[in-house]
Amino acid sequence: MIDWAHFTPWSSLAGGVLIGIATALFLLFNGRIAGISGILGGLLRPVAGDIGWRMAFVSGLLIASLVYGLAATLPTVHIDADMTTLVVAGLLVGVGTRYGSGCTSGHGVCGLSRLSPRSMVATATFMLAGFVTVFIVRHLIG
Amino acid sequence: MQVLMALLAGLVFGLGLIMSGMTDPSKVIGFLDLAGQWDPSLAFVMGGAILVGVVAFRLAATRSQAILGESMRLPTARQIDRRLILGGLAFGAGWGLAGYCPGPALASLVTGGSKPLIFTIAMLAGMVIFEIHDRFSRSPAKKAA
Repeated sequence: MIDWAHFTPWSSLAGGVLIGIATALFLLFNGRIAGISGILGGLLRPVAGDIGWRMAFVSGLLIASLVYGLAATLPTVHIDADMTTLVVAGLLVGVGTRYGSGCTSGHGVCGLSRLSPRSMVATATFMLAGFVTVFIVRHLIG
Repeated sequence: MQVLMALLAGLVFGLGLIMSGMTDPSKVIGFLDLAGQWDPSLAFVMGGAILVGVVAFRLAATRSQAILGESMRLPTARQIDRRLILGGLAFGAGWGLAGYCPGPALASLVTGGSKPLIFTIAMLAGMVIFEIHDRFSRSPAKKAA
């Protein structure tokens, strides 16, 4: 059943287009894939000449909420996870995205846009794991 | 120039994440909750991004150099292996538990209070664990053993 009360097709589509534009800018001007886990993880394996643009991209992400707040009210968020869950989840996301070479941006947006079979498999895998995890937490345990 | 464009791309990416609602973990979990009240918004975010992305990658395929002069760095890995699947499973499980993936966590860090901060610290710790494991498993000493 669709959750019509929370479904936001237009703002989500518009935000998605912005993400696409950011991906396009980075690809065409810098020649690189806008994969967040790869850009961030690369900072933990520093290579000379490779640090500046990574820091800059991450800084842009970090200040986005400040810039957004200048023009509009930031959307309210609900975080159900407690501290323990956040730590376990963070560890899994950190290890998993690096081990699997990508996350929702690198495999999901970029990989699917370039029709990479490897990214299609990766995206299907993490989506499936996400569906199963939420089913277990919400409907079997919760 | 490279650095400036990277900053701009990161900023626009972050604005897109916020506008799309993806910095709200309950919206992400709402999408992953197929058996409950389902919020399809995340599919629209991916759809909007991929719509632009397909055009961008088609344009990129016709170029040997990026506009700012660097060579194009597109992924060359094609193999579908154990690392890809296990990594995807771990990432998806963490994503479903908290409702955060790396982009939204970073975009929530400055104004979002303690929860995205704790998630991000744990995520960075996870990435460090990967680095250590990866270095160890690829070191010549290990291969010889």
